[in-house]
Amino acid sequence: MGSRSSHAARIPDVDSIRRETGFSQASLLRLYHRFRALDWNEKGYLSRVDLQQIGALAVNPLGDRIIDSFFPDGSLHLDFPGFVRVLARFRPVDDEDNRNRDPKEPEPLNSRMNKLRFAFQLYDLDRDGKISRQEMLQVLRLMVGVQVTEEQLESIADRTVQEADEDGDGAVSFLEFAKSLEKMNIEQKMSIRILK
Amino acid sequence: MDGAELVGKIVYTWLTLVLGFILLPSAFGVSLGISELYMKILVKTLEWATLRIEKGVSKESVLKNSASVGIIQRDESPMEKGLSGLRGRDFELSDVFYFSKKGLEAIVEDEVTQRFSSEELVSWNLLTRTNVNFQYISPKLTMVWVLGVIVRYCVLLPLRVTLAFIGISFLVIGTTLVGQLPESSLKNRLSELVHLTCCRICVRALSGTIHYHNKQYRPQKGGICVANHTSPIDVLILTTDGCYAMVGQVHGGLMGIIQRAMVKACPHVWFERSEMKDRHLVTKRLREHIADKKKLPILIFPEGTCINNTSVMMFKKGSFEIGGTIYPVAIKYNPQFGDAFWNSSKYNMVSYLLRVMTSWAIVCDVWYMPPMTREEGEDAVQFANRVKSAIAIQGGLTELPWDGGLKRAKVKDTYKEEQQKNYSKMIVGNGSLNSELD
Repeated sequence: MGSRSSHAARIPDVDSIRRETGFSQASLLRLYHRFRALDWNEKGYLSRVDLQQIGALAVNPLGDRIIDSFFPDGSLHLDFPGFVRVLARFRPVDDEDNRNRDPKEPEPLNSRMNKLRFAFQLYDLDRDGKISRQEMLQVLRLMVGVQVTEEQLESIADRTVQEADEDGDGAVSFLEFAKSLEKMNIEQKMSIRILK
Repeated sequence: MDGAELVGKIVYTWLTLVLGFILLPSAFGVSLGISELYMKILVKTLEWATLRIEKGVSKESVLKNSASVGIIQRDESPMEKGLSGLRGRDFELSDVFYFSKKGLEAIVEDEVTQRFSSEELVSWNLLTRTNVNFQYISPKLTMVWVLGVIVRYCVLLPLRVTLAFIGISFLVIGTTLVGQLPESSLKNRLSELVHLTCCRICVRALSGTIHYHNKQYRPQKGGICVANHTSPIDVLILTTDGCYAMVGQVHGGLMGIIQRAMVKACPHVWFERSEMKDRHLVTKRLREHIADKKKLPILIFPEGTCINNTSVMMFKKGSFEIGGTIYPVAIKYNPQFGDAFWNSSKYNMVSYLLRVMTSWAIVCDVWYMPPMTREEGEDAVQFANRVKSAIAIQGGLTELPWDGGLKRAKVKDTYKEEQQKNYSKMIVGNGSLNSELD
């Protein structure tokens, strides 16, 4: 009759997910319950509609882009590992991560670079590795709605691209993006701490 | 001894006991104190269990945090602060960080979705279904739990099912009989008696302990009673203390039979499914009903759906456009003894009733509140919000502006526009200033 178990063994592949994302057992359990709660009709996966039903997300100006980041490459079903993989980007950076890191292993999902990559991909819709002026305009338009005129928006977009663009190709590549934000405390701004 | 005879004897004794100890007293509104005794024993047992759990659990326990605190650390500062805090700033590439963080936070935890699943308890109440965070503690506790299971499933459940069966049959038969009488004050009094008796029987069928507060504000004839909605049992709880005219859709099956029987004895307002779509028709019929001061007060749940009793969601304005006096009522269940919330997407009616009947008890508080009317210059939406706040404060529930129908419908764009407006003010209000200086 749907009683909830407290056993992490119910999460499929829990060990490999832990290794990949770095979440603790307790956090994973919390996220698993959340995944199940969002999955209204118990399909075992989430679709776009399930995420769109979250009121606070639907009113977020970048809501649709954020949902897109969970469904890469046009996929329609989001399983639990995929869900957690995206959330792992927002895991706070602990000192433990940096101390114990084996340089041969791939970068942890919540590294500064990966957090930046997440933000970059919110801009770069066509995934060509560059934020064009057009893509900049599109994101700006999402964030301001109908409140700002096209001219004002274009001048803001032009200014921003100019400031960040170093090689003069009229677009912002990922490295230029990262460089322009090198002084910013990304670790704090793009982190969500899950209380036990 | 013959097997059939034995069974016959047991059933006979059983029914006599039930009749003597429960049915007759209910008919006269008298209580023999059995439920009170049961509740006392139950409370003592649960207190003992809580102490044992607290003793047995180590310091890094999960218990304290689960219920009231959210699962993520939130920074509730307004948009200006979240967007790197400087007034008079232009658009930055990093502005997306704020919105993406807020968005991801909403995905991990939002105010609304959690209201559609049962409230988590701070300490375990010896029911398997609430055992989310509590692990095995000690053999004594397990024994008590096993004893609890036996008591609940083998003693209480049959008793409750019998009572419920008797209650509903009596209701159907009683109202049909009373319906045969001609219109008179005798008929009204008899129908009230039948209703109240059946409700009391059904409440005992759930081991319900209900405290009514402020009975002086009980809804009067010709008014509209408005309450927060947690489960179909709400209706039962309110009608035990007074008679109301129900409003709702005509159902089929068992519910349909009950509805048709009830309407014979006193006028309820049942709508066909097609009629429900026509809001004007609905409003008109309700207006006619309350205009007749001899008719019973209407009972309406403006949220439109069951919420898990931790919060009150948006009240639909329809009920507040009818006019007339509104009598707000706040209902708050005590989750320690049994969870009354009906999660209609997870359980159907029968499994829900079985769950309720195998809980310890249903304990709740009902607060009647002073009547409210629409003030000058107040529109239906503002009035609805005013009543909603009053109910939330009285019942100790949080107030949410979201629509309970959110699980089925999309949210309005006006909320998104607000956020966009705020953000635009920041980057453009100052952007134009900077461009003048260039």
